[in-house]
Amino acid sequence: MSTVPGPMRIPPLLTELNTDFWTGGLEGELRIQRCTHCATYHHPPTSVCRNCLRGGLTAQAVSGTATVMAFTINHHQWSPTATTEPYVIAIVELPEQDGLRITTNIVNCDVRDVHIDMPVRVVFEPLADVALPLFEPDR
Amino acid sequence: MSAVGRALYRHPTDLAVEGCLNAIADAGLTRDDIDGAAAFHIEGSAGVVEMIDTLGLKVDWFADLSIGPSQISAIFEAIMAVETGRARHVIVFHSSCEGTVRTTLGKGGSMPGSASATPERVSGMPEWWLPFGAPSAGNHIAMYAQRHMHLYGTTREQMAQIPIVQRRNAGLYDKSIYNTPLTMEDYLNARMITEPFCLFDCDIPIDFCTAIVISSTDATSGLRRPPLAVEATSHALKSRPSWDQFDDLSTMVLRDVGLDLWKHTDLTPGDVDVAGVYDGFTFITMAWLEALGFCGKGESGAFIEGGQRISLDGELPINTNGGQLSSGRMHGWGYLPEVCLQLWGDGGARQVPNGPEVGVVASGGGVFAGAMLVTRS
Repeated sequence: MSTVPGPMRIPPLLTELNTDFWTGGLEGELRIQRCTHCATYHHPPTSVCRNCLRGGLTAQAVSGTATVMAFTINHHQWSPTATTEPYVIAIVELPEQDGLRITTNIVNCDVRDVHIDMPVRVVFEPLADVALPLFEPDR
Repeated sequence: MSAVGRALYRHPTDLAVEGCLNAIADAGLTRDDIDGAAAFHIEGSAGVVEMIDTLGLKVDWFADLSIGPSQISAIFEAIMAVETGRARHVIVFHSSCEGTVRTTLGKGGSMPGSASATPERVSGMPEWWLPFGAPSAGNHIAMYAQRHMHLYGTTREQMAQIPIVQRRNAGLYDKSIYNTPLTMEDYLNARMITEPFCLFDCDIPIDFCTAIVISSTDATSGLRRPPLAVEATSHALKSRPSWDQFDDLSTMVLRDVGLDLWKHTDLTPGDVDVAGVYDGFTFITMAWLEALGFCGKGESGAFIEGGQRISLDGELPINTNGGQLSSGRMHGWGYLPEVCLQLWGDGGARQVPNGPEVGVVASGGGVFAGAMLVTRS
């Protein structure tokens, strides 16, 4: 565990629906829920397929690559224990399906190097009993 | 409206009593005329049931509403209540002690935009951003603004016109929170919050109560003020109500409302004389200007450039009392009272010239949106 304060991070409450997404990273996999009938991916996880309205959704490992669609460099210290250093919050889109996106952080690069359309790949950061899917430049 | 301030150390019910009684008196009514009530009720605000009991109201209809479809849904519900004959005079209100809560709990003690304490674990919609150090809606709206800049060449200097123009309006309003002039230099030198937003792109938590009387059209004779008519409302939602799965990250679900609103009226955007447009963060206002058709998609930066067009004497005066950026975070409830004052010609030093006849009120950003047109009847 790093002793350097990072962003304010509040861990998710694990449920039957979200556990695969939040814990897949403990085994090195980014897992996204997918319909076993029509193959539509869903994020956030859901109880019924938005496309075909059937159940039978299971988590499936995806490639872990993505593209930055939008980002912000956060400067504000949201809690007294959080970092005062700028960090990047981003919405990235996965190549597996148009519009399939995750809100995340871009790490392991200078915040000024992040740009829209930047190729990135997943890295996992432990937090409590989960592994956060963060993304770094895919060089 | 009640007293307004950064931290009044008053209970939200106390503020709501003051706000509701002021509104009822302003309408020329008494407590016994009120037969309906509705509230926007979130953490740190008064609920409708306690207000009914506190004021001793006898109601035929009441509703207690959370956030959705927009912060001002209680107003829309009250309109439907009087239109369907469930009530004649509905008091609608929203109070908040968010300013006091955030002052008292200190940094990180409560979530931005909320008067509730920071949780240990997170579920529901915030589950998808609180693990990533993104506790504020501002983080998300900033991402949309950044994408808008990327796609359309929008600049911070253009965006700055919203707080600069509105601060000028706030200087003419006795209940504003900040009223000293804001310059482009102040804006560009301000502390960054979440890029491209600096301090002046973000509204300010306050304590307040806003209350409005919604009356049926056959119950308006003898009122103290000339009645204003609700021409159209919209809460349409045709796309995903999601902060990151929405199909176009350079706008928000307000796009659907902006399109739908005009289907319920013969009026057009060119008929609007005064606008109250959500400004919790500057970019939301810009997205609304596009969504409501005051300019084309991607053109809001050019539309507000220089600030003249959105000033009090411009073609579309916006947020004439300073909006939430200068007069405090009323969770969308400051726009309708201000637009009504303008239509009545009671704007005082900040009155829009030439007798405005049509006003638009638009509330919400991110996954929330509602809009209405109000006219001099």
